[in-house]
Amino acid sequence: MLAAVKAMSAKFKGFIFGDDFWRGIISIAAFLVFWEAGSRSHAWSGFAFPWVSQVPAPTAVLQEMFKLVQEPSFWNSAFLSTLRVFEGFFAAMVIGIPLGLAMAVSRTFYGITFPVFEVLRPIPPLAWVPASIIFWPTQELSIAFVTFLGAFFTVVINVIGGAQAIDVRYFQAARSMGSSTWDIFRRIILPGTLPSIVVGATVGVGITWAVVVAAEMISGGGSAGSVGGAAGGGLGFFIWNSYVGGSYTQIVAGMISIGIAGYISSALLRKIGQWMTPWLSED
Amino acid sequence: MDMQREPPFVPPASPLGSVPRTATGSEITVTNLSKTYGAGEFAKQVVQNCSFTIEHGKLTVMIGPSGCGKSTLIRLLAGFERPSGGTITIGGKPVTGPGLDRLVVFQETALFPWMSTYDNIMFGPRARGEDTPETRAFAEALLQKVGLDGFRKKYPSQLSGGMQRRAELARSMINRPDVMILDEPFRGLDAMTKRLMQEYYANLYEEFRRTTFFVTTDIDEAIYLADRILIMTNIPTQVRAVIDVDLPRPRHVEDITENDAANAIKMKALGLLHEEAMKSFARGSKAAADFIDAYARRMAKD
Repeated sequence: MLAAVKAMSAKFKGFIFGDDFWRGIISIAAFLVFWEAGSRSHAWSGFAFPWVSQVPAPTAVLQEMFKLVQEPSFWNSAFLSTLRVFEGFFAAMVIGIPLGLAMAVSRTFYGITFPVFEVLRPIPPLAWVPASIIFWPTQELSIAFVTFLGAFFTVVINVIGGAQAIDVRYFQAARSMGSSTWDIFRRIILPGTLPSIVVGATVGVGITWAVVVAAEMISGGGSAGSVGGAAGGGLGFFIWNSYVGGSYTQIVAGMISIGIAGYISSALLRKIGQWMTPWLSED
Repeated sequence: MDMQREPPFVPPASPLGSVPRTATGSEITVTNLSKTYGAGEFAKQVVQNCSFTIEHGKLTVMIGPSGCGKSTLIRLLAGFERPSGGTITIGGKPVTGPGLDRLVVFQETALFPWMSTYDNIMFGPRARGEDTPETRAFAEALLQKVGLDGFRKKYPSQLSGGMQRRAELARSMINRPDVMILDEPFRGLDAMTKRLMQEYYANLYEEFRRTTFFVTTDIDEAIYLADRILIMTNIPTQVRAVIDVDLPRPRHVEDITENDAANAIKMKALGLLHEEAMKSFARGSKAAADFIDAYARRMAKD
């Protein structure tokens, strides 16, 4: 028990005071200094940095964010986007995992479905937005559907690849010990594919964030947009609205919020993935 | 990492008590067996007119020059491939395909990476719906016997190479196959680990006395383990000589190195193996001549 606590605290220390931690701090600090100096250089010296001078300074963005986090409408936006991301993401997992497994297990099913799948896969999710608005009864559903598409193809491709990459020897060994087909599916194919499912999910959730923001911009923020006012239609709509309103600090603040949300989602999924595949961790 | 270290071998007291010994009548008879790959001018005969028996409950070790067709013989015995001619019977019944009466342990580990040592060992019983108190007790006994009691919850990636091999032996043994077929199971392990594995394995064999067919290229391993050694010819494979190893069990590696009978067997076996190896060099040039001959005939046809 004590040993475990010691090991954990050593790990924690390693993370807080380790080389990588300080490198990270230095890198972020250098980036912020460059950004601040670049965006203020015109006022200071009369020399305008080509691109950075157009961007609001980090201190201004930070002030803006400080204001934003006190506004309920901002949180409403963040919540709406998160909801749409996870609706689409979960739908993609629930439909994509069984579909991918079925395609990997059955040659016939693969032969029937793969051509259609491969034709639809290269279509960018954003190209679906107009069609999706026409086909689905509510804007909310249209956005969730486009989000779903973003994760769906990645999940399916990863599941198929993962299941097909399972070593033949595992099947031979299981068969020779008396496994039935169902037993092989449950105890060999499912756990053998799990690491690829985790990878597909982690990559997929990143794509859903990219897609949801664009879908919100194009579709005008969904039904909630008209009710909640300027910042009521999701983070993507919030950014678009800030652009229309000419508030550049808000644009950047919105972008950073999405970055943070995406990072948290991926980190969360990675943690769940590690918990589900304990045999892949080193200790 | 402390888990990488091999613990010294301590012959454990048998905790098995009432575990049934091998079923009767699993003698393997191989008669005039042959196997040819390819057809016509490009046919390659790997096994030719090969006959031998593997006695019930005995440990028969096959040893031969590398590339002599040992692995082909194993695939035929396991039922993964069909012979071109001749028959294989186990307990009087002809082999027509893979069966639950035979278990093959291959060179590389095929432990399931997502299962702990214990779950790997219990795989067979669970697959057949036999997760009973008896099989669980058997699993416990095997864990102790192969010295993995403290590693039951570890995944294969957390075990050393030798531990993985032992876990795999236990995973096979729990299914009580009539026949165990081992294809160079300790190849690629370092010398110390290999010797330890041989001790663990000999101990397991002496406990259960399954009819065993063990393939190796290591003459010392063969003498330490075998009741009978089959020395194979170069390709196409036949039995060159059969040597009975009448050394008392349990055997100790130290005793064998100083035992005159064992040394006599070793010298005899080495002599025969050397002859076969020399033939394989001579055969090399003949194979080249055959190829040119076949090629010339094919050109003439066009």
